[in-house]
Amino acid sequence: MKVHFKQDEPDNANRLDGMKQDVLGKPVSRVEGLAKVTGTAPYAAEYPVANCAEGVLVTSTIARGDATHIDKDSVLSMPGVLAVIDDERLTTRAAQGTANEAPKQGPRQVCYWGQPIALVVAESFEQARDAAKHLGVEYREEGGAPLDPASAETEEQEDETVRQGDLAQAMRDAAHSVDVTYTTKGHASAAMEPHAAIAEWEGDRLTVHASLQMLNYNISELADALGVEEENIRLVSRFVGGGFGSKLGISEEVVAAALAARELGRPVRVVLSRQQVFQCIMRRSETTQRLRLAATSDGTLTGFGHEALVSNLPGEEFAEPVLQSSHFLYGGENRELMLMVARIHRMTAGSVRAPGEAAGMPALEAAMDVLAEKAGIDPVELRLRNIPEKNPEEGLPFSSHTLAQCLKQGADAFGWDSGPRRPRQRREGEWWIGTGMASAARVHNIAEARARVTLRPDGTALVETDMTDIGTGTYTILAQIAGEMLGLPPKTVMVDLGDTAHPRGPGSGGSWGAPSIGSAVYVACKAIREELAAKAGVAEDRLELKKGATSDGQEIGDLLGGKDLVREGHYEPGDIEDDYTASGFGAFFAEVRVNAYTGETRVDRMLGAFGFGRVLNAKTARSQCLGGITWSIGVALTEALEFDPRDGHLVNCDLAEYHVPVHRDVPDLEVAMVEERDGAASPIQAKGIGELGMCGGAAAIANAIYNACGARLFDYPMTPDRVLSVTAD
Amino acid sequence: MRPFEFTRAPSLKEAGSLTAASDSMAIAGGTNLLDLMKLQVETPSRLADLNRLGFAQIEDTDDGGLLLGALATNTETAVHPRVRRDYPVLARAILAGATQQLRNKATNGGNLCQRTRCFYFTNIDQPCNKREPGSGCGAIDGIAKLHAILGTSDQCIATYPGDMAVALSALDATVLVSGPGTDRSVPLREFHVLPGDTPWVENVLERGEIITGITLPPPVGGTQLYRKVRERSSYAFALVSIAAIVEIADGKFTRADLAFGGLAHKPWHDPHLADALVGQAPSRELFDTAADILLEDARGYGENDFKIPLARRTLHAVLQQAAEDAA
Repeated sequence: MKVHFKQDEPDNANRLDGMKQDVLGKPVSRVEGLAKVTGTAPYAAEYPVANCAEGVLVTSTIARGDATHIDKDSVLSMPGVLAVIDDERLTTRAAQGTANEAPKQGPRQVCYWGQPIALVVAESFEQARDAAKHLGVEYREEGGAPLDPASAETEEQEDETVRQGDLAQAMRDAAHSVDVTYTTKGHASAAMEPHAAIAEWEGDRLTVHASLQMLNYNISELADALGVEEENIRLVSRFVGGGFGSKLGISEEVVAAALAARELGRPVRVVLSRQQVFQCIMRRSETTQRLRLAATSDGTLTGFGHEALVSNLPGEEFAEPVLQSSHFLYGGENRELMLMVARIHRMTAGSVRAPGEAAGMPALEAAMDVLAEKAGIDPVELRLRNIPEKNPEEGLPFSSHTLAQCLKQGADAFGWDSGPRRPRQRREGEWWIGTGMASAARVHNIAEARARVTLRPDGTALVETDMTDIGTGTYTILAQIAGEMLGLPPKTVMVDLGDTAHPRGPGSGGSWGAPSIGSAVYVACKAIREELAAKAGVAEDRLELKKGATSDGQEIGDLLGGKDLVREGHYEPGDIEDDYTASGFGAFFAEVRVNAYTGETRVDRMLGAFGFGRVLNAKTARSQCLGGITWSIGVALTEALEFDPRDGHLVNCDLAEYHVPVHRDVPDLEVAMVEERDGAASPIQAKGIGELGMCGGAAAIANAIYNACGARLFDYPMTPDRVLSVTAD
Repeated sequence: MRPFEFTRAPSLKEAGSLTAASDSMAIAGGTNLLDLMKLQVETPSRLADLNRLGFAQIEDTDDGGLLLGALATNTETAVHPRVRRDYPVLARAILAGATQQLRNKATNGGNLCQRTRCFYFTNIDQPCNKREPGSGCGAIDGIAKLHAILGTSDQCIATYPGDMAVALSALDATVLVSGPGTDRSVPLREFHVLPGDTPWVENVLERGEIITGITLPPPVGGTQLYRKVRERSSYAFALVSIAAIVEIADGKFTRADLAFGGLAHKPWHDPHLADALVGQAPSRELFDTAADILLEDARGYGENDFKIPLARRTLHAVLQQAAEDAA
């Protein structure tokens, strides 16, 4: 039986708090953890499939033009080579998140260096890889492709534009004003598991094991790309070795494997090389951002300007949503926000780890630090003074707002000194030491979700959905939600994810997984409780379930009368999405040291205080926050995609040269979870947490660099050469 | 696939003959070569595996120095009690490089022979005179942040990427080479060469020659530092690195053996530096004079211009620290 719940009103009943099993929120270790660390959890490329051929993508060596001739004969006689696939249906870009349709197809038309143009299939991976490197391709290059966002044609993203009051006048009238421009470099998702797919046809039915985040959308994208009915496709992604946005949409290997398997009549596996993952999956756009802040003498904002230039390929709708939280984080009645997109020929720009705030917040929060200094106000206090009562543009109320609490609690826990601040005050040997802080904000997303819950007479339960667990803890939190609702220990709740044969959820992305699918499981469990309550002869809200029995001792098995009880929960966000501005909030505090000679920066300690609704699992939530803070260290100090200025190819395309932070870059991190209930966020009062931890943290580090050594930098990442460029001897 | 013949060299002599042909290469740890083979930057038809040859010893030499077997791993070398006690600059340099996993596998001989990490060298779809003579240098006018500022040529601006050899240069180590005709010893400082018009030639090894070991002279004591400046604190190649062995007596430098990484196609050693420093009292002015000597012919290529002031500042830091430690 299906149960539909559309949420038009906040749910402040907080029913989960009244349940008796007492497992929700507890720091339960990941249920699949043992399988992962012992190597028994199969990732996409690891499924044992008999008679599987191996495919390797061939990629372009020009930035724009056409592959006029593909000389298949150049490789077909090589040992083991089975086929060269250059089907027009091959996709040439990764699909954007929630695209729900095929990304650009037609591999002969080249739009960026490194674009897939064909697939070589052979008996062994080594044979295919060698043949792929030898495939003869002739190009007609269309020279002069725009490669530099600074000089390319731009388009305004009009739905992002806000003009309210008169910012220019506010700047002129302001007691304190700041007009600064920041840049951020492009970022890669840098998931550990490379993109991979195994495709297998049985008649007209296709099964693909792939590494994907959003199966519900991916199946439509794949069906559209292949021209096949969705009903004939099954996608499986039980374990995903990190996605970080790069697996939101289907990528090139999925379609290529499916086409090749069809043509050859046998299963085909395609695994991208690390270089290909960098070169033909999503990048986060580089950004240039101008911040204008106008304030009264007490630091109250009267004007707020944030204009950003980002880039993407021609024809891509995605524009790094840099302004996302800028629309509501701080007040200021005179507002000017604008987002421009430069059309350039680099690989697709798309969602990478907290798209929008990951790039926008580091600029905004660094500019706030400049304002705090100008106004002579403690940076924490400056932010406290500018928290708006309601969304300053749309006038909507906030679903909940923890920024003030996070700022205060974080400052206390960190030991923040709210006294006067001046740079270059503390030196230990060669090192300048300083502190900095920044606010965190990340919009709350939620989406329609379905999950089936089966309660069995033996006192176990089964949760089934196509939802993915990309390393975040989805398996575990769903077992906890169902266990809490049904009075079962989580280990007796089996969770089966990542299979489109199951009811569809929205997948993992935009931090919406937990609140969305968690709510679907909640809805299903609530329906099961109603059925049990009826059988037990009590009202549902009086039904107390614990350890498989009611409070008066009736076993669940007896209530079920030997039969499974199955409910499919269907959660749909209704008016709550339109009636409120919902966001996670937080605050970062960092202490860094900057070497006076070499300009090297090391983070000594960092603390994040975050409010994101109900904590579903204290351990996995904390881990998400730790990961986010770690990424913010990368944004601040090390991560940068570097493109050749002449042909636009990505030069640092492996994990040795694209510098994500290593263990030694990451000091003791402290996470303070500011627990709250946000009934307008979801019926389980939870918001997303996957991305919040990196939304602004880079600015805390940048501000600490300034406080340490007096280097006020406007370009991320703040590498030694940049620090030295503004450092006195 | 690219088939290649893999032979476990049973003896040094046969290792020499197995690697004599131009399409043959020696393999020990393979931490660099296997990556390059997967990328088809290296495409040998024959691999001679040296691992059974037994040069894995680390032992005292008659003159009180130390012999590091070519097949001893970087980890074994860095943790060896005598290396730690008598040649701490070497232990520190090794531990500043790569990762524990790589160091466990990488050998001392192989470390000396590792190739540059220039982005254009490792991408076979880009020009590189080192990989494909005559194809041009992609790094010049390209992304060249990591590249050389000393001893470059218009053919190549790649750097030698290692750390261990920088310390060996400061220590004035000697490379032991076994060849088809005869064995020879090559001072480490002369082992690697500048790119000139033949950037594909990176060291003086001739075809069929095998490194069997590295000898360190008797310990000289002093203050031994290895400073590596990099963008992240592990698993990153040096922007600038300095190996320093410094002694001070009566307030003046009595020894100043310095070698530099990240600046050139080889570990950079300039004897004029020691000449300028020895006999002088440490001072900012003196350090500047030393930096002037080091960087007299330095040339930036845009993106790596910062290495010139960075090298100067790092030299200041190292000499200052050495002076303080020695005092």
